[in-house]
Amino acid sequence: MIKKLFTYLALPVIFIWLLITSFNASRFRPDSAAELLTDASWLYNWPRWLDIPLMKWINDWFRVFNQEYGMYFEAVNNFLLGAILSLKKFLMMLPWPLVIALVVAIVFFSSGRKLGTTVFVGICTFFIGFLHPRFWDKAIETTSIMIIGILFCILIGIPLGIAMSRSIRVRNATLPVLDLMQTIPSFCYLIPGIMLFGLGAVPAIIATVIYAVPPLVRLTDLGIRLVDTEVIEAAEAFGASKKQKLLGVQLPLALPNIMQGINQCTMMALAMVVIASMIGTRGLGDEVLLGLQQLNVGKATEAGLAIVLLAIVLDRITQAYGQKVQDRNKPPEK
Amino acid sequence: MSKIEIRNIYKIFGNHPDQILPMVKEGANKEQVMEETGHTVGLDNVSISVKEGEIFVCMGLSGSGKSTLIRHINRLIDPTAGQVTVDGVDVLSLDDKEILDFRKKTMSMVFQRFGLFPHKTIIQNVAYGLEIQKVPEDQRIEIAQGQIDSVGLQGFENQYPAQLSGGMQQRVGLARALATDPQILLMDEAFSALDPLIRSDMQKQLIELQSKLKKTIVFITHDLDESLKLGDHIGILNGGRLVQVGRPEDIIMNPADDYVKAFVKDVNRSKVLRAQTVMTKKDQFDTTNINPSTIYKIDENTVIEEIIPKVLRERCTMNVVDKSGNTKGYITSDELSKALTKH
Ligand SMILES: Nc1ncnc2c1ncn2[C@@H]1O[C@H](COP(=O)(O)OP(=O)(O)OP(=O)(O)O)[C@@H](O)[C@H]1O
Ligand SMILES: [Mg+2]
Repeated sequence: MIKKLFTYLALPVIFIWLLITSFNASRFRPDSAAELLTDASWLYNWPRWLDIPLMKWINDWFRVFNQEYGMYFEAVNNFLLGAILSLKKFLMMLPWPLVIALVVAIVFFSSGRKLGTTVFVGICTFFIGFLHPRFWDKAIETTSIMIIGILFCILIGIPLGIAMSRSIRVRNATLPVLDLMQTIPSFCYLIPGIMLFGLGAVPAIIATVIYAVPPLVRLTDLGIRLVDTEVIEAAEAFGASKKQKLLGVQLPLALPNIMQGINQCTMMALAMVVIASMIGTRGLGDEVLLGLQQLNVGKATEAGLAIVLLAIVLDRITQAYGQKVQDRNKPPEK
Repeated sequence: MSKIEIRNIYKIFGNHPDQILPMVKEGANKEQVMEETGHTVGLDNVSISVKEGEIFVCMGLSGSGKSTLIRHINRLIDPTAGQVTVDGVDVLSLDDKEILDFRKKTMSMVFQRFGLFPHKTIIQNVAYGLEIQKVPEDQRIEIAQGQIDSVGLQGFENQYPAQLSGGMQQRVGLARALATDPQILLMDEAFSALDPLIRSDMQKQLIELQSKLKKTIVFITHDLDESLKLGDHIGILNGGRLVQVGRPEDIIMNPADDYVKAFVKDVNRSKVLRAQTVMTKKDQFDTTNINPSTIYKIDENTVIEEIIPKVLRERCTMNVVDKSGNTKGYITSDELSKALTKH
């Protein structure tokens, strides 16, 4: 009832108010509105005064916002930068054969001891450095940014996905935002990111999260809702509380989908980290950019290959784990 | 006193059940309501009462509201109107926390498609109810092991449900329900997904179990033979309405309407009817012309299938007696032929 009243009354009012403020704020408006009635030429070409000053509003708002809250962003910036740097330092401190060995070990156990995958991933990892010695450190830099970004995605995405699966309202409110996050061109939020955090890794992480979190949210929500209703009813019939149901039944059964979401998230994060090289984020992306600027086809190809290899490694690691979980839930049978 | 009491339950599925309720109360049927308002009538003024220690079977075709009814007992579904009482407790008045306690303590449920947890092993599945009740691990494993043994699944403890056949999975479901030792068992088409052999085997197991444990069981099925075999009382649902409640014999001898008649048409009556139902009472039976050497004593609960051959072959008379040996009535070939005639 109230909702209907809102759509029928408030929305037209807001629209008319927008028209009038835009008109009044315009430099190009005629001296008096009465002129519009006598001179109809404005109907042929879009009149210059019919222009909502959104750009000005946003810039004004953003300036104030930046002045008022800049110090908080400074703090966030320092914290994130610290996290990335220490992760990077740690990974770079290790001798490279040890890093390869670690990757191989992770794949081996997360894939349920599949030898083929393990060897393949080991070779891919080796080839990243083998392509160009400089790539090794760059790959580690890229990976550190991604790991932090994905951690944030998980921290935000999974709880949001859970909330969506529980309440239709939350879902209806969140879905358009997710659509927006996926369609809005990444440069639109890279720019405010730079202004708030400066050039470098931190705006890249923010952009990564905005760009990569939607699939994780969607797949978490979907995964939970796809759990067989009878299985959920069984848990309820035994008196399981919401929390027991979530942790003991829904999340474990949604895990293959959630892992798929994390996998998607990883791939998209990698894509974003490459784009972010344009705002000064260091890593494999800036090698591609360099190749492009110097019209050096070989260099760009080498760097591109290195990114593909890194993608394969990360994909195999996340994919393999999801596959293992899935195999356990649905053993041979069919 | 009855253990479970359901009084005048209405359940309407849709966006505005409360607005539709008056219409249903005035007697509109399921199809009319669907056509005019797009709401589904799940249950329409259903009342049943289940006595302690009996098996109450609820029967009806697909979509008649059986699952909806049974889910009201543990309040997996809230009614649009009506009352549910279990053990004298008004189930609908319980708050969120009390309802969890109530489900833990009083009842458990067996599901049509088993409802096992695919990510848990068999023994973890069986122990689930105890896990929720926070029973210490070694204790719940012990109890679960006992239940697994009693349904004959020893050796499969550490398998996952998908590695078991349908019959085995349903036995896991049964063991899981029994592990918490509830007073009430709710079984929603528990045996419908099984093949006939395993099914009759499971029915036997259930009857055996019931003679030992004396639970109160609400059992749902769409199979008449099954309901006659298991039920102390049977309720028949059609389109959300309860059309008849009674003992198996009542239903067969006096079907309430065409729907029930269609159900009982093909049933093997001799397997269901008991001596006490078909006999002529002793004060209405004239024994003077009968040779006493052709009279045999039988228990009043004997199923007539067992006496038919003897009566037909020897033209003898059966003297129906109760537990203490008192004569209650007589059966001759006349009574048998009357009982076996279809209406
Ligand atoms: N959650 C629901 N939302 C809407 N309608 C429902 C819902 N659950 C059940 N119904 C409707 O209520 C009616 C009764 O359904 P119910 O599942 O109780 O039937 P049933 O007798 O158990 O059938 P079956 O033998 O197929 O299991 C059906 O018409 C069904 O469409
Ligand atoms: Mg059903």
